[in-house]
Amino acid sequence: MSAAPLLQVSTLDLYYGDAQALADVSLDINDGEIVAIVGANGAGKSSLIRSIHGIETPARGTVRFGYADITGWPSHRVCEAGIGHVAEGRQVFPNLTVLENLEMGAVLKRARSAEKVTLERVFGIFPRLAERRKQAAGTLSGGEQQMLAIGRCLMGQPRLIMFDEPSLGLAPAIVQEMFRIIRRLNEEGMTILLVEQNVMASLKIAHRGYVLENGRIELQGTGSELLTNDGVRQAYLGL
Amino acid sequence: MTQDFLLSFAQAITKGLLTGMVYGLMALGLSVIFGVMRVVNFAHGELMVVGMYLAWAAFEYFQISPLLSLPVIAVLFFGLGYALQRGLIQPFIGRPEHQQFLLLLGVALVLVNACLAIVGPDSRGVQLEAQFESYELGPLVFDAVRLHAAIAAIVIAAVLWLFFTRTRTGKAIRAAADNHMGALVVGLDVRRLYAVTFGVGAACVGAAGALMITIIPVTPFLAAEYTLLAFVIVIVGGLGSMTGALMGGLLIGVSEAVAGLLADPSLKSMFSFGLLIAVLLLRPQGLFGPKSSS
Repeated sequence: MSAAPLLQVSTLDLYYGDAQALADVSLDINDGEIVAIVGANGAGKSSLIRSIHGIETPARGTVRFGYADITGWPSHRVCEAGIGHVAEGRQVFPNLTVLENLEMGAVLKRARSAEKVTLERVFGIFPRLAERRKQAAGTLSGGEQQMLAIGRCLMGQPRLIMFDEPSLGLAPAIVQEMFRIIRRLNEEGMTILLVEQNVMASLKIAHRGYVLENGRIELQGTGSELLTNDGVRQAYLGL
Repeated sequence: MTQDFLLSFAQAITKGLLTGMVYGLMALGLSVIFGVMRVVNFAHGELMVVGMYLAWAAFEYFQISPLLSLPVIAVLFFGLGYALQRGLIQPFIGRPEHQQFLLLLGVALVLVNACLAIVGPDSRGVQLEAQFESYELGPLVFDAVRLHAAIAAIVIAAVLWLFFTRTRTGKAIRAAADNHMGALVVGLDVRRLYAVTFGVGAACVGAAGALMITIIPVTPFLAAEYTLLAFVIVIVGGLGSMTGALMGGLLIGVSEAVAGLLADPSLKSMFSFGLLIAVLLLRPQGLFGPKSSS
């Protein structure tokens, strides 16, 4: 594990028009960690991920990934640098086949040479996708689409994956499965940034966590510290 | 008597189908651009006319047949479309439609007036030997130039289909059209894909222009008519659907030819617009729209 964090976000501000979505947000993710960002709907979790990815343009602050300052890079260059993104709402290509969706994940130059090997690996993790490779992605169930979104992200050979609400709208059994997969990817060495409304489940698998409220980081600590924090327990766990 | 009529009716339909393939290719360009970027190319007919002039000039000054200059024109138009999108249209993506409309109307005015300034208002045509030839199939007669143009249009459409289904860039363009946010999330360079798309759309219409000059002479004033015609075709066929654009082209080609036979050639637009209104009333998404994209 290197001493410098893999991803370092410093003093990020983001506005939508006059409304401030992120205020002075700073966070670090070390190589090999699962870091959870929890908070209520509208707290700015997705905005944070999109700012890191270059889909939103922050007004202030920097994003460093490895040794590179990626602040203001367009989204395809951020992906090329090794940041993967499993987006809220899955964002598969509904009219493309499962296989074509996966191929799109490997359009990145960093991933092209290993495309075949990665595809076998993805089919190994998600045999369901192999069965349905010729089917249009729009015809898959919600859980299958989430698997496809994760598989597509893996096709890009990322060093870090940002998950945006991976459990949203899924049946409880599938939610369990989703968290199991995230943990497995981490055990295989993947660094993970996990944004979730499911506070309990995400803090349980996370090494560290941040609590985001109204666009600000209000609390940070290890997963177990946050799970036992009174404020967190009252506000998010209803305990 | 009735047999004569049936024969000339069949003849008109044949002619309409052949011309319709070229119309379809022209409309395909408009449809691809709209389907991917949601930008309506109001300069489409103007590009068509520029393509016709280029093919005419190649023939007039260098004695190159339009079928041979077509690939060069297509490549040139790809570059032109790519540059136009990168330089001019990209900043307008996602802006209100009336702004896009004004921009492309401006492009259209520049193109058509450049044609007027350079070549003048007189009509220009090419004299090909093939224009005096024809093929016969039973009682039906096929104009050689129309048949050649239709075959070329089918070949180009097939190449386009292969591009969109077999190549990495083609699939990525379909992906970006399918889900813009998804494209950003996986790291597709959407701006580059948009520029390629506009290039492909422009190449289609440039190629269609090179084919059309073998059938009819060109004047700058044809431009607005072709823009409108391309709209009618893609709306009848279904916006954003490649099959729809080709089928719409055939349908409009046939309706024009039948109009010429039953009423008067100058009433052909009335038939096309009648078809348009009928489709808008009965099936507003178009005959092949909206889910059958590419």
